Amino acid sequence: MAIELKKVTKVVGIDTHIHETSIKLEEGHFNILLGTTLSGKTTLLRLMAGLEQPTSGEIWFKGENVTGIPVQKRKVAMVYQQFINYPNFTVYDNIASPLKVVRRSRREIDKRVHQVAELLQITPMLKRMPNELSGGQQQRTALARALIKGSDLVLLDEPLANLDYKLREEFREELPKLFQDSGATIVYATTEPAEALLLSGYTATLHEGSVTQYGPTSSVYRTPKDLLSARVFSDPPINTAAISKRGDSFHYNETVSWKARGRYATLPDGPYTIGFRPHYITLKPNNTASISVKGEVVVTEISGSESVIHMRVGKDTWVSLSHGIHPLKRGDTVELFLQADHCFYFDENEQLI
Amino acid sequence: MKNLKWLVPTLYILFLMLPIYWLVSMSFKTTNEILGAFSLWPQEFTLDNYITIFTDPTWYNGYFNSLTYVAMNTLLSVSVALPAAYAFSRYRFLGDKHLFFWLLTNRMAPPAVFALPFFQLYSAVGLFDTTLAVALAHCLFNIPLAVWILEGFMSGIPKELDETAYVDGYSFWRFFIRIFIPTIAAGIGVVMFFTFMFSWVELLLAKTLTSVAAKPIAATMTRTASTAGYELGLLAAAGTLTIIPGAFVIWFVRHHIAKGFALGRV
Repeated sequence: MAIELKKVTKVVGIDTHIHETSIKLEEGHFNILLGTTLSGKTTLLRLMAGLEQPTSGEIWFKGENVTGIPVQKRKVAMVYQQFINYPNFTVYDNIASPLKVVRRSRREIDKRVHQVAELLQITPMLKRMPNELSGGQQQRTALARALIKGSDLVLLDEPLANLDYKLREEFREELPKLFQDSGATIVYATTEPAEALLLSGYTATLHEGSVTQYGPTSSVYRTPKDLLSARVFSDPPINTAAISKRGDSFHYNETVSWKARGRYATLPDGPYTIGFRPHYITLKPNNTASISVKGEVVVTEISGSESVIHMRVGKDTWVSLSHGIHPLKRGDTVELFLQADHCFYFDENEQLI
Repeated sequence: MKNLKWLVPTLYILFLMLPIYWLVSMSFKTTNEILGAFSLWPQEFTLDNYITIFTDPTWYNGYFNSLTYVAMNTLLSVSVALPAAYAFSRYRFLGDKHLFFWLLTNRMAPPAVFALPFFQLYSAVGLFDTTLAVALAHCLFNIPLAVWILEGFMSGIPKELDETAYVDGYSFWRFFIRIFIPTIAAGIGVVMFFTFMFSWVELLLAKTLTSVAAKPIAATMTRTASTAGYELGLLAAAGTLTIIPGAFVIWFVRHHIAKGFALGRV
């Protein structure tokens, strides 16, 4: 493995930033740290980089314990959300700086800089100063500087968050290709579930300083280990409902019930929680096993070809995502169809059944 | 009305320039002419006043002394304030905010308050009548100001810049000298301007802490009578020359100052 955290914690003053975490990241792949702000993504990255030292636990890098080794001595690269470049250096010198520090020959530096600049399409800007560039070009420069080092570990802290929508799409496509050949392990922090799905690779979901789940991105998305991981990895947010099982059926609010099927049929009676993503509760029934639920519209957001309906059902507030344009008004009563097959069932401890 | 737009600014500038013009005009007159009839410009144009200043060591040493302690003070203030301001902007430590504010309180007392303790102290340790004494005394006022201004500039630079440099392999000092100082060059320009101005203009401490060997020009210039009687032309010439370094410094840092007003804490 490229990098492994062993029982790492980070406490600053009275705040615990990272609860005891053990995680082994997949070597040579995109590893995505997914979580809201303050969930500890940046702290984890900083611990991996060596910019901060863990309060307890160990960090292993390529089979070596690197806990306590200063960042200068580790072969890592890092790119921040803000476009960080040395403002007094030209783009060329910015990209060359990691090689200049280790005193490579001028010929080699020149060759590498042009190679990397070509890859990131900033060759025409090499002679300019960073503050004369657009945001996207500044971030390209920062990425070039991370790439030229040939680090085994590249840490990207929400690198696209400050870019506009179009550029973000462009980068998302480009990023995996950029690092593919380098064989480096990439750790990519983001707040957006959609970004994690697009970049694929492996994902760790984070919540309040703990890693709740880690695995291949699509499997974390499809089978969240617990309700928390499901919540982190869902946008718009996942809907939840408290249900109970009596006999061979599930009951919700005493008005809605459906038959327990497959492996759920054998569950003991008692309270459960279901979670379902917004696109599994729609205005039109979807083939089989659609459960009809009535609710009151709170807000409707229409985006081109899709309608997001926020509605109140009993004491729960759910979000529904349907195709087509459905201009519903606040207070309207709607009938929605929930696909029971696509529900996650959680037990009392919010673990997936 | 439209054609008179220029009138008010012109009057204002005339009003401002009048004393300077009068000083310069006096410096080219003989003392007799100054004391005699009223004249708008020199009737008997003379360079004698300037020649005296550039040839008489009691005069030109005054400039030399002043420039020496001003340069020493500026250098000292900047080099001490740079690491201090960096610490205040980058690290949290016990009482950092109080300490930072306390620095500024040093400027709240008039320099006169410190004249006596400095005089006694420097006499005791044999620093009296040296340019170093004045340079050190001025540090008491200039370092707090320098730290305060530089901290503002440094806090405008994201901490991530430091970290990126460390990740790239820079040691702290290499980063500080090669990247950080050039990045806050405008701030350093502003600080040099302010420390220079304070030290160049300050008279009381400079006068109290020196007698003969390190006498500043401002002290030489303000004695109105000498053994030769009134030397008003000479004093005017000295005054004119004293304006020049200040004007020169302002010209030199004018871009930095403008940037400084936009960016930092000035």
